[in-house]
Amino acid sequence: MVENRPVLTFITHAVLILGVIMIALPIWITFVAASHEDIRMTQAPIPMLPGGYFWENFKRTLFGSGLAGNEITPVWRMLLNSLVMALAIAGGKIAISLLSAFAIVYFKFPFRMGFFWMIFMTLMLPVEVRILPTFEVVANLGMLNSYWGLSIPLIASATATFMFRQVFLTIPDEMLESARIDGAGPMRFFWDILIPLSRTNIAALFVILFIFGWNQYLWPLLITTDSDMTTIVVSIKQMLEAAEQSPQWNIIMMTAMLAMLPPILVVIAMQKLFVQGLTETDK
Amino acid sequence: MLKRVHFNKKLLPFLLVAPQIVITLVFFMWPAGQALYQSFLIEDAFGLSSEFVWFENFQYLWHDKVYLDTFWRTAVFSTLVAVLAMSIALILAGFAERVIKGAGAYRTLLIWPYAVAPVLAGALWVFMFNPTLGIFPFLLDKIDIDWNHYLNGTQAMGLVVAAAAWKQIAYNFLFYLAAMQSIPKSIVEAAAIDGAGPLRRFWTLTLPLVSPTTFFLLVINIVYAFFDTFGIIHAVTQGGPANSTTILVYKVFSDGFVGLDLGGSAAQSVVLMFIVIVMTVVQFRYVEKKVEY
Repeated sequence: MVENRPVLTFITHAVLILGVIMIALPIWITFVAASHEDIRMTQAPIPMLPGGYFWENFKRTLFGSGLAGNEITPVWRMLLNSLVMALAIAGGKIAISLLSAFAIVYFKFPFRMGFFWMIFMTLMLPVEVRILPTFEVVANLGMLNSYWGLSIPLIASATATFMFRQVFLTIPDEMLESARIDGAGPMRFFWDILIPLSRTNIAALFVILFIFGWNQYLWPLLITTDSDMTTIVVSIKQMLEAAEQSPQWNIIMMTAMLAMLPPILVVIAMQKLFVQGLTETDK
Repeated sequence: MLKRVHFNKKLLPFLLVAPQIVITLVFFMWPAGQALYQSFLIEDAFGLSSEFVWFENFQYLWHDKVYLDTFWRTAVFSTLVAVLAMSIALILAGFAERVIKGAGAYRTLLIWPYAVAPVLAGALWVFMFNPTLGIFPFLLDKIDIDWNHYLNGTQAMGLVVAAAAWKQIAYNFLFYLAAMQSIPKSIVEAAAIDGAGPLRRFWTLTLPLVSPTTFFLLVINIVYAFFDTFGIIHAVTQGGPANSTTILVYKVFSDGFVGLDLGGSAAQSVVLMFIVIVMTVVQFRYVEKKVEY
């Protein structure tokens, strides 16, 4: 701090606390709604302080049928689907990007720049703009309602390849020279030197991609027609639709909480890696 | 680009790039090409035959009042989201940068909405503003404001803007905070010695020095508002009432999957692709060079 101004310090904390409250308010209301019984959630105004039904709602949501009168997949199954999809997207993207970045930086081969530009083009087009034809491709390959269909089309993106290319370019040439003198082949060099050296970058990217994968919405919405394959994020929308007939907001909000908890925990627990990943992939 | 020291293998590099290239070709190049091709076709009402019509789909869009309104609405929506999310983040970062004790706690408490999926953000906000049960309509009723975003288009737009901006504040905050922390302390101290108060320093020092970040965030926020807000709109308003919250990416979805107008939807996709490409180029050209001040 440059100067000591008690009044300004007070204002600073006041504004920040106000900001935190503003940011946290929706979550607080969600939490409160998830802790009341069915009947209370049909009376306006909804409560602002937590009630005593949190664990009961938790159990009903996670293992029970969730919404009454609705044939809906249990929430634990949808959480599992989300987890598999998020891990597959993060792992798959990192794996293929590491390999192609390695090839582009460390090998001289025909069409090298052609491949590079082909990958670069994918940087520009989010899945939303090519959604219809991508859907047709996946349908023709028979990948609807499968983990393959959920994850692979979202793996095709260049951001990770670019990041690893940057990382590899900063690794000094002497590394490769000395590895060669010791008799290491390309794959040995890749496994024993490149991977360990880029470990924190891989971890940071994993955090970002996990969140990216978990939060996918439009794509899983389109390709999962079988309710056993629905992800938790998609299910919220279906519950909101059901809420127009029988508003069980306590169960809906409990599901919403369960759906956002894993990525939020990842952000808070791995904050340093998260910040690093965010700034590296976008800049 | 290529390392000075490199390997000379014939087959191995092809095997290494193969997975990414195959996935890119099958799930990216081919669909994008298809979108381009379909945008030149008109299908008959039963989807049995199609006719190659060159740019007719685009000409139609150009004269379609609904589409032009959507274009304009998307511009308004993304401007509002970007300005709201960026200015709140800038203010919070400006104060957070001053804090010594508890800075880490504030940061943690302000960044987590980044992890909330857009559709969930939409669900939370639609619950808070539910016309019969929500807490805000109840409070607004006390000051004689009748809230119903299912009927009132302006209120619906306000709600999706608020939800979209709420989620994006975290991201902007992180980048602004990082930019402010990298301003050399000596400059700030020199200004303070010259008698510039905190507010003056913020306007004449901090703001110009973070302008490259502002520009970068502007592009990112607009891209976010264009594409990532699909989930919010789908959960909150489904484009209604009376299309008042239908933005471009939502229209691609509803015309293509609900309305089954493949050619028109593909033409809209192509327009969107073009917009993304322009924004990417702008970002690369100017962010690399940094904004001059």
